[in-house]
Amino acid sequence: MSAEKTENLSWIDKRFPLTETWKGHLAEYYAPKNLNFWSFFGSLAILTLLIQIVTGIWLAMNYKPDAALAFASVEYIMRDVDWGWLIRYMHSTGASMFFIVIYLHMFRALLWGSYRKPRELLWIIGVIIYLAMMATAFFGYLLPWGQMSYWGAQVIVNLFAAVPVVGDDLSVWVRGDYVISDATLNRFFAFHFLLPFILAALVFIHIVALHHVGSNNPDGIEIKDGPKGNRWSPKAPADGIPFHPYYTVKDFMGVVVFLALFSLIMFYAPTMGGIFLEAPNFQPANPMLTPPHIAPVWYFTPYYAMLRAVPPMWGSQFPGVVVMFGAILIFFVLPWLDRSPVKSIRYKGPVFKVALAIFAVSFVVLAWLGMQPASDLSTLLSQIFTVLYFAFFLLMPIYSSLDKTKPVPERVTA
Amino acid sequence: MRKLIIAALLLLSPTVLVANTGGPALLDADIDLRDQASLQRGAKYFVNYCMGCHSLQYMRYNRLAQDLGIDEITLRENLLFGDAKPGDLMENAMRPQDALKWFGTAVPDLTLVTRWRSSDWVYTYLKSFYVDPTRPYGVNNVVFPLVGMPHGLSNLQGIQEPVFAHGHGEPVVVGVKLVKEGTLSAKEYDTMVRDITNFLTYAGEPMQLERQRLGVYVLLFLSVLFIIAYLMKKEFWKDIH
Amino acid sequence: MSAEGVNNMRRRVLVAATSVIGAVGAGYALVPFVASMNPSARARAAGAPVEADVSKLEPGALLRVKWRGKPVWVVHRTPEMITALATNDPKLVDPQSAVESQQPAYCQNPTRSIKPEYLVAIGICTHLGCSPTYRPEFGPDDLGADWKGGFHCPCHGSRFDLAARVFKNVPAPTNLVIPKHTYLNATTILIGEDRGAA
Repeated sequence: MSAEKTENLSWIDKRFPLTETWKGHLAEYYAPKNLNFWSFFGSLAILTLLIQIVTGIWLAMNYKPDAALAFASVEYIMRDVDWGWLIRYMHSTGASMFFIVIYLHMFRALLWGSYRKPRELLWIIGVIIYLAMMATAFFGYLLPWGQMSYWGAQVIVNLFAAVPVVGDDLSVWVRGDYVISDATLNRFFAFHFLLPFILAALVFIHIVALHHVGSNNPDGIEIKDGPKGNRWSPKAPADGIPFHPYYTVKDFMGVVVFLALFSLIMFYAPTMGGIFLEAPNFQPANPMLTPPHIAPVWYFTPYYAMLRAVPPMWGSQFPGVVVMFGAILIFFVLPWLDRSPVKSIRYKGPVFKVALAIFAVSFVVLAWLGMQPASDLSTLLSQIFTVLYFAFFLLMPIYSSLDKTKPVPERVTA
Repeated sequence: MRKLIIAALLLLSPTVLVANTGGPALLDADIDLRDQASLQRGAKYFVNYCMGCHSLQYMRYNRLAQDLGIDEITLRENLLFGDAKPGDLMENAMRPQDALKWFGTAVPDLTLVTRWRSSDWVYTYLKSFYVDPTRPYGVNNVVFPLVGMPHGLSNLQGIQEPVFAHGHGEPVVVGVKLVKEGTLSAKEYDTMVRDITNFLTYAGEPMQLERQRLGVYVLLFLSVLFIIAYLMKKEFWKDIH
Repeated sequence: MSAEGVNNMRRRVLVAATSVIGAVGAGYALVPFVASMNPSARARAAGAPVEADVSKLEPGALLRVKWRGKPVWVVHRTPEMITALATNDPKLVDPQSAVESQQPAYCQNPTRSIKPEYLVAIGICTHLGCSPTYRPEFGPDDLGADWKGGFHCPCHGSRFDLAARVFKNVPAPTNLVIPKHTYLNATTILIGEDRGAA
């Protein structure tokens, strides 16, 4: 570095921890050297959040959160605003990509035991981020004010009405009206605009928590507990390498592949056969006419399938609501359910592997079932897979401690 | 591992029974948005036969002219009626209260009809009217039972009668057959209806061809960027391996 | 491992190449966002040229049309009004229409118009934006015996002659703006567009 550059840098450093931050979180943050494909999804999630915020703000320049104007304003963006169509498709594709990325990111945590000590809090912050994402997506879906927007919101807000005693008042309070209306639309727009910034703050906190304990790796062993001293620093973990330039360079490559996939969808299949952009939503909301088949967007359908799987009990849909929310909230306690002596699936026994496979399959099957019209067969299958889903968690304390594990290595493997 | 996969597949197998089947089979509209002649004819038919009742309220005349290769003079002479200007939206004078009185329902705007119903549906619909004396306008439709719309193209198409399937209970209409030709032959009517559907598919997403065109450049660029990004990654990771 | 120097060169080249290609991509990615902020097709349609039919416009009368949300005047000047224009010259700030921004090139003439008998001007005072009043009569009491017809702005007293040129010693600094326009035929003026001078 030139003398002038060093001078300028030290002027900043005396007033702001720039070099300290650069070192502590990039150039001298030592991440395990064996990170693989599953590690891409954290950085991709940050990228997708950024894409959603930027495209969202640009859409907000022309979108009108008024029941009489909303639908037309979306078509206005698609047709009359220069490049509006691209920004709109970017936002709709980005929403689905965000959930694909996050589900894969969460699956990585399940594979490597990234929710185990000392990363329980990191995991909990992550689940809070997941909840905030779902809320953001739910509020956002009402905004186009199409048939699916309207009726999907109607169904979900009616779930609040299922809460005993306070249900009806609660749902009126949420809607700001007796039915989904302009009042609901306006406030959902306000929430949809606000939440991404709370999400960004949560992501920052998530990374602070991560960097405090250090990144996990495919072997699930703690590199900080291993030998010390590597090529760059005598005190750093032997199996650690500086995040910058090695993982910045690798993540950049991951970003390019992600953008290619994103573009493939955006330019050639933006509706994804009616899964990303649903056909009924090309019709303006009609409070007098319910579409033949209402379903939430694909990323909510696993939980929707569970909701429909539970029959009404004591005249109330509330038990179904409890099961649905329970399926999400149970993620919070995962760190305390896993009693295995090892973290990563690589060293766990066959029982855990089968359990995780069944869980993953159940999640996918439930997602698919949630998209279908209700039938006796689909209800039965949803019930079976809901039980399997919960069994993964509820039986884990038993099977994770009984399972035959393999000895973990001392040093990380590829 | 193999046992695991087989087990997973067996677990999944009952789900195929839940697959969704609904409604009568749809005919293939054979959409080709590059066929400008077809789109131009479709625009002409739509404005002349459909727009009295059905608006295209998100479509601008000048956008249509530009995309379909129609010059301004032809636009003004053939597609602009009344005091409509080229920059205007393709709205009409049908009032909701009149529609309710005459048809029992508001007349839907058709700009997005192919996006929420599908092009094949629209094409099949236009070919599926049949005589039904119990209906106010004397017609019914196979893909849209009890539709309130009269068959505006009936003197062009001719008369169609329903084809029934006899199973348990009431006979069900499953198709139509042409019993009397109109002023157009069956093939000519089919082309006309296909042109209208083609045009409506364009109107539903006018920028479709443009987005497909741009996609090529974007993906090409990203391929180049990937190659160089990959080389850069491999170079730095020589330190580690 | 080979000598560090050679390694670094390759790295520098690759980083530079990636940065350049990446920056090009980022630039292209920026285009839709910036361009989307331009006037939309709806704004362009609302700003489209407007036709003025002067077939029934009596000599001495003024026709007002709206273009881009602004009032545009078409004045049918009498031969008397036209000949009187030159007598105003010494009292005007810019009698030769030297300030180019205030009219199209084909209106940089003594009558500031394509045809002498029709004045087409944007009726917004160049002081602070009020719309002046049309005062065609010669020598009224309040405007003095020298008044050969023109426009008087009620807000701060600016005055313009019948070629929409600003008088000296008034708040307005420049002549009224003459918009682009053209004659579609003898009695129809298209305001907002020129298709070559008529």
